[in-house]
Formats: sequence, C-alpha cells, structure tokens
Amino acid sequence: MLSVVDLECVRGDRRLFSALNFSLGEGEVLHLRGRNGSGKTTLLRTLCGLSEPEQGEIRWRDEKIGALAEGFCREVLYLGHLNAVKGDLTAVENLSVAAQLDGDDLAETQIWDALQEVGLRGYEDLPVRVLSQGQKRRVALARLLLTTARLWILDEPFVALDSAAVEQLREVIERHVAQGGLVVLTTHQEIEWTSGRVQEIELDA
Amino acid sequence: MGMWATFRCIVRRDLTLAIRRKSDVFTTLFFFVIVVSLFPLGIGPESDTLRTIAPGVVWVAALLASMLSMERLFANDYDDGSLEQMLLTPQPPSVLVFGKICAHWLVSGLPIVLMAPLLGLQYDMALDALGVLVVTLLLGTPVLSLVGAIGAALTLGLRGGGVLLSLIVLPLCIPVLIFGAGAVEASTSGLGAQSHVAMLGAIFVLALCFSPISAVAALRISIE
Repeated sequence: MLSVVDLECVRGDRRLFSALNFSLGEGEVLHLRGRNGSGKTTLLRTLCGLSEPEQGEIRWRDEKIGALAEGFCREVLYLGHLNAVKGDLTAVENLSVAAQLDGDDLAETQIWDALQEVGLRGYEDLPVRVLSQGQKRRVALARLLLTTARLWILDEPFVALDSAAVEQLREVIERHVAQGGLVVLTTHQEIEWTSGRVQEIELDA
Repeated sequence: MGMWATFRCIVRRDLTLAIRRKSDVFTTLFFFVIVVSLFPLGIGPESDTLRTIAPGVVWVAALLASMLSMERLFANDYDDGSLEQMLLTPQPPSVLVFGKICAHWLVSGLPIVLMAPLLGLQYDMALDALGVLVVTLLLGTPVLSLVGAIGAALTLGLRGGGVLLSLIVLPLCIPVLIFGAGAVEASTSGLGAQSHVAMLGAIFVLALCFSPISAVAALRISIE
C-alpha cells in the first residue's frame, strides 16, 4: 500500500538519511526508531506530504502521493507533536470542526462517545485550554476513534499520556491494524505489541 | 463536503474563536478610533483643514489598524498545529484560506467600515462625502485583508514577522489608499467619485482572484 523508494531528506544543510526503502502493507505497523535529531519527524512529515523529499519518492497504492493530492489526504491522518486543538473551543467543537474538514459527516453523539472512550466524560463542554496537557493530548487522540483514514502517521503519540491511556491507545492502534489499517509511528517508549505485524526501522544507521 | 460547506465551517470556526477572544477584536477597532480622533485634537478646530485631511486620515488609520491584526491571521493556527492539519484535509486549501480571510475581514474590517461615518463627523464631513467614504472602505478594507493574507503567510514563523509584514504589505496597499482617499476628495470637489470607486472595485476583484492562491503557495513554503 505504502512504499518508499530511495528516499533522501535534508534539513538545512544536513542530510538526515538517504537511500531509505521500505514498504508497508495492510495491517502493518511501522515503528521508527532513532536518537533525537535523526530525522523521524521529518520522515513522518514527508510521508504525509507536508515536506518535500530531497530525492526519491513515496507511493500510495502504486501512485506518487503528489499526484494523488486530495485522494491521499482523505486516507491519511497525521498527528504531530502539536495537538492542533484550539484552546478557546470545547473538545466537542474541536473534534467536530476537524471531522467536517476531513469530510466526515459525524453525528454529535459519535463525538461524545469518542470523548467518553478516551476518558473525557464531563469535560466535553469546557474550553480545551483549561484541560491538562495529557487531557489535551487525549482530545487530539480522540480523532483516531472518529476518522475513516487508512493510514495513520503518529509522531510520539504516547507522550504526556498516563499508563492507562498508553495501554488504551495501543489497543486502538491494534484494532485499526486488525481492520487492515496501516500505522507509522515513532516513540521512545517500549510498547508491547500483542498482535499485528510490526516492522522496525532504525534511522541512525 | 462541498466547497460552500467547507467555507462556512471555517468562517464559523474563526468567528467563534474571535468572539471568545474579544480583546483581539477591540484592539484593532480602538486603535482605529483613537488614531482618527487624535488628529482633530492635534490640528485644532479649523473645519476647512479638517475636511481636507479627513479622507486621508481615515484611510491611513484603517490601513495601520488592519496591519495590527494581520499577523494573527495564520499565526495562532500555525503555533498550535491546526494550520498543517488544515493543509492535510482533502478540502481545497484556497477555500480554507479564503474562509479565514473573510472571517478576518468580518472581525477587523467591517467594524472599521461601520465606525468610520461616526468618526467622520469629528471632521465636519458632509453627508454625501461620508457615504462615499463608507463605500470606498467597503471595497477597500477587504483588499487590505486579502493582500495582508499573502504577507501574513510569507512571514509565518519568522522572528519580527510583524514589522516585516508591514514592510511587505503597506507598499502594496498604496493604490487602495490613493483611490480610496481620492474618491472622497473627488466627490466633494464635484468631480464625482465614480472613476475612483470603479478602480477600487477592479483592485478588489483582482485581489479576490489572486490572493487566496498566492497565500496558499506561501503557506506551503512557511510550513515546510
């Protein structure tokens, strides 16, 4: 489904990695590893089309992602370091705007259910800025429960979460993978995957 | 989701944010009110002089006031990551940007247009001159938002972006200033404001066509 051919990324004057090849099929998780500054985030941003690679290409369903544009955007969900939630909007409003822009027509009850599942029951109508760091992260992660995207690109998704939430997120990811979804993620935490095929790539090499 | 629904969604979102953060809206408006009100106090109650300078003062103040809020057009969304998420949605980015520009104008431009006739009274402006002033502001302030959006997108994430933004955008707004203030003068001197207003209209249409596309291109560069 997703394949990367001879990819090279450059940040400033520094070459982060070159000649990177991998392919990811349905129901697979790709766990990127590497020390700080090894280019994990750059690779993730390049995969979803936010940055241009210096060389090489990224293919989704055997077509270059640049040529797919809108079609690719519909199938990919990227969660970066930043939560992309507005502090002045409530959790429900944040998720509803995100879903509308993603082209998903959701009933408000679905959003309430998703918030309940990530443990934010009772916080739905508060402006997100009064929530804690971990709770803000949970609002962002609630998008995973609502999206129809096949490919999830997650940059350090476990940061700021307590151990119960980490466990829950792992289950959400495994559920997605069991349904034939694809996940690319980075994390410095040790995650015990109980199902699904997991590939690992070390970027330091 | 159609383009119109996307547009409405983004406008509603930005207006909600503006309503919950009223201070941002009022700084622009009060800046405009204060700058325009300072001139009669400084120059003195000579009504002939005041009538002559009125259109120019109102227009320069509108220009500066719109610069104040321009920086925040994309900066807040850039800082919390919403902007990159918007560019990753399957919606056409120019529609999203256009929605943001419209919301910005409703919040910062429209209050200026509505306030201008009231402030014009301090300058002893005639009633029809006030009418022309409002029409030119109605055509001109959207141009300021549209052109400002390109500058805001280009200077995103730069240190001292606010000053740079003014340096980029203000020169581009000179035609708007000339035809906007000129229209009022032409109407008071009996020449008729039609040609000036027509020029402003043309500038407006031109900005409407090119600004969203250029702003998107600039955003893609800034976000990388």
